[in-house]
Amino acid sequence: MKYRSVFDIIGPVMIGPSSSHTAGAARIGRLARLLFGKEPKRADVHFYGSFAQTYRGHGTDVAIVGGLLDYDTYDERLPKSKEIAKEKGVRIYFHEEDLVTEHPNTVQLKLQEQEETMEITGVSIGGGKIEITELNGFQLKLSGHYPALFVVHHDRQGTIAHVANTLAAQGVNIGQMEMSRKEKGQEALMVIETDEVVEDEVLNELEAFDHILQVARIYE
Amino acid sequence: MFRNAAELVERALAENISAAEVMIQQEMQLKNRSKAAVMQDMDERLAVMEEAVRRGTSEEVTSVSGLTGGDALKIQTYMKEHTPLSGATLLDAVSKAMATNEVNAAMGTICATPTAGSAGVVPGTLFAVKEQLQPSREDMIHYLFTSGAFGMVVANNASISGAAGGCQAEVGSAAGMAAAATVELAGGTPEQAADAMAIALKNMLGLVCDPVAGLVEVPCVKRNAAGASIAMMAADMALAGVKSRIPCDEVIVAMYKIGENMSDDLKETARGGLAATPTGRALETEIFNISLERS
Repeated sequence: MKYRSVFDIIGPVMIGPSSSHTAGAARIGRLARLLFGKEPKRADVHFYGSFAQTYRGHGTDVAIVGGLLDYDTYDERLPKSKEIAKEKGVRIYFHEEDLVTEHPNTVQLKLQEQEETMEITGVSIGGGKIEITELNGFQLKLSGHYPALFVVHHDRQGTIAHVANTLAAQGVNIGQMEMSRKEKGQEALMVIETDEVVEDEVLNELEAFDHILQVARIYE
Repeated sequence: MFRNAAELVERALAENISAAEVMIQQEMQLKNRSKAAVMQDMDERLAVMEEAVRRGTSEEVTSVSGLTGGDALKIQTYMKEHTPLSGATLLDAVSKAMATNEVNAAMGTICATPTAGSAGVVPGTLFAVKEQLQPSREDMIHYLFTSGAFGMVVANNASISGAAGGCQAEVGSAAGMAAAATVELAGGTPEQAADAMAIALKNMLGLVCDPVAGLVEVPCVKRNAAGASIAMMAADMALAGVKSRIPCDEVIVAMYKIGENMSDDLKETARGGLAATPTGRALETEIFNISLERS
């Protein structure tokens, strides 16, 4: 079943006006920032489908920027995010794309800070729920039906075992796990779908591990 | 885990508990959390709803586009000076539902129930019947769990997205949720709650999602008014013992199939219905300086 928690139905608490076009967009932006690990200096936002047609009215642009500034769906600074980004010197460029995507609410983000860049594609599927379909050219198969964990880490032996053991010790069962790396020994990404929700303490515990750079969670 | 309304009702009856309690227990199990923690989370959402209703009924809120705002306050003022023809509780529900959606359109803080576009119906109905039923804070939290339980049944067997199923999936679902929760809050049985949901949703079948300029404003704010009034009517009918001839779960499946048959022009694309009227198009041009008609 797609919806399991009562808070999928009674929630999220959010700044209006649209759960898919505003709250979902903010969540995509925030997750992108989490995965990027820092505030980008430049962001190119490519809107597709319904996002491209209606983003102004729904504040989808404002929500994406708010997410990139690490604001949650209910952060009251959200409506002012574009002004705040400007003050902070974060340059944001919006692009309306004509290409027809599989889902009408699709956005691609290209983030940049110094030499570092990241590309992420997100889809807002309704009621504030989101899916990430692509990260730096890696196709992700995230159903969005289960909580998921993103672990950015150094490609070193024992890291995957450590993550699996930590989750097991907390009674968290892994439903699906994907690994990808750019190059042997370089930065790598684990995407883990879990049956249970991973609590904050577990995230902190994982992040404390030597070879783990960043941990992010998608949905609660 | 209950898969449909029949299983939800069955479990409540078998354990002699409310639908709200079934939902609370499921949430505790799912997240492995205490009852107090789950109740606390819902209490926080209730506080957000309360504040949105307060703001929308006492302040002149205006949306960014200027299309909506201030009507909830207008109704509250009217109610102070007149006896509403449709009844004080009903019109209060209408006003409080609209208040929430006006705050939503003004980029204020709301709680999606089940979506932002349909966020007015559940709190609007709750804060209106509160005046008469005088529920405790705990009762009000339970109301939201009942709403959530019935909303989940729709979400898992049909849809709660206007883009997928039209307005019937958003405001229709919300009306059903509010009707069921109102019945339980007023002391009705889980079966009566399911009947109330069925009756409310039946009266929303076929409703299209045709927002002017693609904005969650026109006609969304007034559709929430309709959703709240239908929820009140359905709750009273069920409490009076009126049953739905078509069972709740079959109404939900009917809603899903109608959504499948609905033209994409009428599913949140701003290509048909009210969005495509001359005035709708003129407003759109005025707001964006562009027209969405290109597609």
